[in-house]
Amino acid sequence: MTNIKKLISKPLFLPIFCMILVMAVNIIFDAINGNFALNFFTISVRNGILYGRLIDVLNRGSEIAILAIGMTLVVSCSAGTDISVGSVMSLAASFCCMLLAGFGVSSTSSYNVPLFVGVIAGILLAGVCGAFNGALVAFLNVQPMVATLILFSAARAIGLLLCNNLIVYVRVDSFGVFGGHLGILPTPIIIAAVCILVATVLLKKTALGLYVQSVGINRKASRIAGVRSERIIFICYIICGLCAGIAGIIASSRITSADSNNIGLNFELDAILAVALGGNSLGGGKFRLAGSIIGAYTIQAITTTLYALGVSTEQAPVYKAIIVIIIVAIQAPPVKAFFARRQAKKAALKGGVA
Amino acid sequence: MTFPGVKALDNVDLTLRKGEIMALMGENGAGKSTLIKCLTGINAFEAGEIHVEGIDGPVVNHSTLDAQKKGISTVYQEVNLCPNLSVAENLYIGREPRTKLGTIDWKEMISRSSRIMKELELDVDVTKTLEDYSLALQQMIAIARAVDMECKVLILDEPTSSLDDNEVAKLFKLMRQLKEKGVSIVFVTHFLEQVYEVCDRITVLRNGTLVGEYPIAELPRVKLVAAMMGKDFDDLASIKTEDNIDFTNAPLVVKAKGMSHKGTIKPFDLEIHKGEVVGLTGLLGSGRSELARVIYGADKNQTGELEFNGQKVKINAPIDAMNLGMGLLPDDRKAEGIIGDLSVRENIILALQAKRGMFHLLPMSKQNEIADKYIEMLQIKTASKETLIGQLSGGNQQKVILARWLATDPDFLILDEPTRGIDVGTKTEIQKLVLKLAKEGKSLIFISSEIEEMIRTCNKLIILRDGQTVGEITENLTQENVMSGIAGGGEND
Repeated sequence: MTNIKKLISKPLFLPIFCMILVMAVNIIFDAINGNFALNFFTISVRNGILYGRLIDVLNRGSEIAILAIGMTLVVSCSAGTDISVGSVMSLAASFCCMLLAGFGVSSTSSYNVPLFVGVIAGILLAGVCGAFNGALVAFLNVQPMVATLILFSAARAIGLLLCNNLIVYVRVDSFGVFGGHLGILPTPIIIAAVCILVATVLLKKTALGLYVQSVGINRKASRIAGVRSERIIFICYIICGLCAGIAGIIASSRITSADSNNIGLNFELDAILAVALGGNSLGGGKFRLAGSIIGAYTIQAITTTLYALGVSTEQAPVYKAIIVIIIVAIQAPPVKAFFARRQAKKAALKGGVA
Repeated sequence: MTFPGVKALDNVDLTLRKGEIMALMGENGAGKSTLIKCLTGINAFEAGEIHVEGIDGPVVNHSTLDAQKKGISTVYQEVNLCPNLSVAENLYIGREPRTKLGTIDWKEMISRSSRIMKELELDVDVTKTLEDYSLALQQMIAIARAVDMECKVLILDEPTSSLDDNEVAKLFKLMRQLKEKGVSIVFVTHFLEQVYEVCDRITVLRNGTLVGEYPIAELPRVKLVAAMMGKDFDDLASIKTEDNIDFTNAPLVVKAKGMSHKGTIKPFDLEIHKGEVVGLTGLLGSGRSELARVIYGADKNQTGELEFNGQKVKINAPIDAMNLGMGLLPDDRKAEGIIGDLSVRENIILALQAKRGMFHLLPMSKQNEIADKYIEMLQIKTASKETLIGQLSGGNQQKVILARWLATDPDFLILDEPTRGIDVGTKTEIQKLVLKLAKEGKSLIFISSEIEEMIRTCNKLIILRDGQTVGEITENLTQENVMSGIAGGGEND
């Protein structure tokens, strides 16, 4: 009893619990359908690449996980969300492909500029977008939602403009690597792992984490204590932009093209959801990066599970919504309070009998 | 009514007669707000009863609405009305007159509103939006709304703090009109002159207890200040004056010339020497905190200049001041001091870390060492150094913030109300600490509502009134001198 309570009060209990729940659903359905029950966890090597549902979740969830890193910081320091990340992904992809193919070229089989120049430029442009958002929020005190709404609607359009309204195809093998595989591992997994590692080091080895949380909890007090609150918020938005850029390059590389209208579509919502599922308050303040990352992969696991169960692409969002409602409801304070009251009542009854 | 750790209000009686204006006075934390909140049903109280004319038995208010129904209305400092609605709508919001069909009877509402305005002799077009009128008129409209709900008791919580003299005069006229109609008014203010202008009686609270209830004629200003601050003139003889150290030859640490911040503090000059403790005194709103904030850069100074350790300096943000070796313990602990959701350790090292910069993270071992050192030194009562500071009592929170500044080893430390809401033992400890720091050659500004504390610790007292420095006491630091300085000259003896 007390052990369970201790477990529940652990900070990462809920995100991990949700993840396990999704996995359990997989096992049960596989068993019912007469498949091998641990299908979800089976990893095999096909055509020299790791293959399996778990690998698929890790692979496809890379973009959301990377976005979740930036989103976590933004939510923590400014108590608001950056809703432009999906559009910025698309812009980064478009800019990168436009540079690689040359302006106005719809398909290319050789690079116009070296690959790394295009990729770095795309990511940097996303960083600039983040800086724009950050400047609005930190220095002009614009509400995060409103500030990022500008690029939410504009970035995708700018991307189309850069690509001359074309879907730019970059048909060079080396460009496909970011969304493909390196050795037997899918590259997105590696990139996501590196991003998570860098973020962790940044938070562990510098005072950024302390500053971000302190600004998010009490901006005024942080200022008196010598933290440059505006600058911290600005930096967080830049990091969020850079993350969106990296995610955009991966998404673009997967389809070896810059499809401005579809890359990163609705990804901002998944990223925000990942932060919330991770047990982080959207009201800012304390955060746990690990929670957000687990949240990101949970979202992808839900999607992958639904597809594996044969739910059509069109219907999947409905089921996804239902699952999300349940997960969010479990975490809601009134529900927690309800269970706490019930437990207290039970305990009181027991006490009365004894 | 109690708050965790402190009793906010202890066995206070308050009698209000029909048709009188009573001033409710007391320094910050005296319990004025709590008393009002108990009366109006915002806070529940644990012991005692409220009786209202015309109602048998004790009254229990569960909400402000409840209190209003029983005839107790409150108008706060900030006008709690909707600025973008018309005056008439504001007067009747939530209780609009209805037609037979159940829709709002606009005609009736406007005619009734005009009548109220006329009765109160206010020149207001009730169909115009509220924000078209000055703050004073808005406040009077708020009062009109309260009065129209058949209130017997009107509580005005610092209604004059954002009004100019002309507007205050108008408000007072209205208050006198209401008084003639038999409305009883409780008037809370920090402005002494205003008390003597309109009030009939004064009730003084201090530290949550009732000091006394006096007819206005029996309590001249100096005595009122004494009552608010907790010193009787009989006690004055027992205060010991300490030897004065001559600081004129000590090097100057702070030299401010003509610094000011619009709306809070008028241009002032200030010199603080090495090892000197300078006290800033005056009533709340006199500019004592604001002066310190301007030096530290918490509020940016708009005129004048500052020399620190003989160098002309420009401070744009607190971090600049910190890098020069300053520190500020702000008076509003909750809003500007603690980072509630962070641990005691994180709160202690925050300023030091900010000074070191983002890329020079204090190693965890060092953080623990610092936290342990100050928890031990200041005897901070906390379950562990990883406990969230928000879970500590006020006094211990204050010690943590103090530790935060001591950890940065400042040359010049500003302590704004470091002893507020803290038990006596801790107060003495903090005072001792101040003297110890001064002996180590640090310079301090010490601000406190308790004059006794200041006399014990400060070498020099600077008196502020209405946002400007009005005097300096270096010799004869006695309670009497200080109080008459604070109260200012005037019609009293």
